[in-house]
Amino acid sequence: MSPGIELRHRLRDFTLDAAFAFGDTPCVTALFGPSGAGKSTIIHAIAGLLRPQWGRLALHGETLLDTERGIFVPASARRIGVVFQDARLFPHLSVRANLLYGWRRAPAPGPAQDIDRIVALLGLESLLARKPRNLSGGERSRVALARALLMNPRALLLDEPLAALDAPRKAEILPYLERLVRETKIPMLYVSHALDEVARLADRMVVLNAGRVVAEGSLFDVTAQLDLFTGAHRLPGAVLEAVIAGHDAAHGLSELAFAGEILVVPAIARPIGDKVRIRIDADDVMLALVRPESVSANNILPASIAAIRDDGPNADVQLRLKEGHLIARITRRSVERLGLQPGTDVFALIKSVTVGGREQG
Amino acid sequence: MEGFLTAAELEALGLSLRVALVAVLVDLPFAFGAALLLARCDFRGKALVDGAIHLPLVLPPVALGYLLLISFGTRAPLGAFLLEHFGIQFVFSWTGAALASAILTFPFQVRAIRLSLEAQSAGLAEAAESLGAGALDRLLSLHIPLALPGILAGAVTAFAACLGEFGAIITFVSNIPGETRTLPLAIYTAIQTPGGEAAAARLAALSIGLALGGLVLADWVGRRTRNFIGQ
Repeated sequence: MSPGIELRHRLRDFTLDAAFAFGDTPCVTALFGPSGAGKSTIIHAIAGLLRPQWGRLALHGETLLDTERGIFVPASARRIGVVFQDARLFPHLSVRANLLYGWRRAPAPGPAQDIDRIVALLGLESLLARKPRNLSGGERSRVALARALLMNPRALLLDEPLAALDAPRKAEILPYLERLVRETKIPMLYVSHALDEVARLADRMVVLNAGRVVAEGSLFDVTAQLDLFTGAHRLPGAVLEAVIAGHDAAHGLSELAFAGEILVVPAIARPIGDKVRIRIDADDVMLALVRPESVSANNILPASIAAIRDDGPNADVQLRLKEGHLIARITRRSVERLGLQPGTDVFALIKSVTVGGREQG
Repeated sequence: MEGFLTAAELEALGLSLRVALVAVLVDLPFAFGAALLLARCDFRGKALVDGAIHLPLVLPPVALGYLLLISFGTRAPLGAFLLEHFGIQFVFSWTGAALASAILTFPFQVRAIRLSLEAQSAGLAEAAESLGAGALDRLLSLHIPLALPGILAGAVTAFAACLGEFGAIITFVSNIPGETRTLPLAIYTAIQTPGGEAAAARLAALSIGLALGGLVLADWVGRRTRNFIGQ
């Protein structure tokens, strides 16, 4: 895939120099990185709210930005929806008028039933007559999402749409986002520094650090890369895909088929055969040289060590499974004591698995 | 009112209201333009423009009246030109009183509108832009509605200030009953007239009532519109 966006922009003490694929396929690309990495600058440049010193952007074959050829399509003509962290609803307009703001201005407005469909998709039926100040934070985010969708956008940029919300509000809106991702075919760029959101929503992942792209690829591949696990903003764990293989109602558990093994997790209310995403945090993985017999952990996977990387007193160990990779974080002393090195066969004891994510296909 | 005020005093009241209303309405588009310029643009000489707009606040009104007289007098080039080609004469006419009031109260409107424009977050404009609104569209659909409390507060304040204008009016358009004798000029005339103390007191009381009413109205209108625009 050729890069959809290329940007170079220098601010006083910060240089953005990033290129990555975006917009060619209707998938969700997570733009992941610590604050100050340049995520918001990229969003603003794609939306047309910032004119980069050098850049190129084409969407569905139409050039929206090409500084070398002097092309800069203004934001109002780009038809790129943006959902900001602070929702940015128009305070003088009702929810209904906010929703129609972009719909009315679209060059080819969708049919009127689109409005009902999207209002229903985001559960806004009872809010339409209200003013934004009478909405909760989660409701505001949903209205902002619906407003951006109703402009019939070519692409949707979500700039940390959940960062301003507390955990219960986040939990309230994530299912709506998942439905949105499933039911619309719009390329989305989802900016976040929360891996749990990304793990649930994204297909691809672009990791940004200090203005540069340090990793790009499928969510599963990127989260299994060892060099992203160092420093203060390290990824907490790998995201993997598993299939529901069975339920153990008596113990309140479900079984997931994964990499030719079975993982036992708390019950998931989904039918057998459904694909689910799981996240296994590096801190929750222990290593053993022989298969332990008398331990409480249910989940033990055979693996071989692909790479080891020291990080202070700890070491991150990339484990190759039959399919995919896992990361384990153990102490450097354990590495020495067990004589671990690339190629060593080990058993990974998994203390906890986070289940969450949209089903695929 | 007929029992309380004489016909001449009622005439002065009506004239004052008319002069103030015309002055405020004529000012409004210019004041909005100036406020937009000061709130949104950075250019060389901005401080000078800002100072010129606020000059009437510190300039003696009599000096302004004198400047207007030497500019718009029928024998002055500008005044003669307007009279000859458009039949417009400001001196000794109520329109001249309105012109003087408009200039003197211009800064009140500019200030109030500028503050309400500067208080608007740039984020809302970005959101409107990404939703397909161009610059003029954003002005009409976003900036003007959100500036409404400032526009109205500025207009009401300017209106109340117009009712008190004296020095510039008497210098520029004189004190002609029924044409340029507004309330303050009528009070002045009553004081100058032997036995006019009662009339002066009545008109002064009326002025106080109007001024107070104007300020209360400004506050009420401000609260209502802020409520309307959801703040």
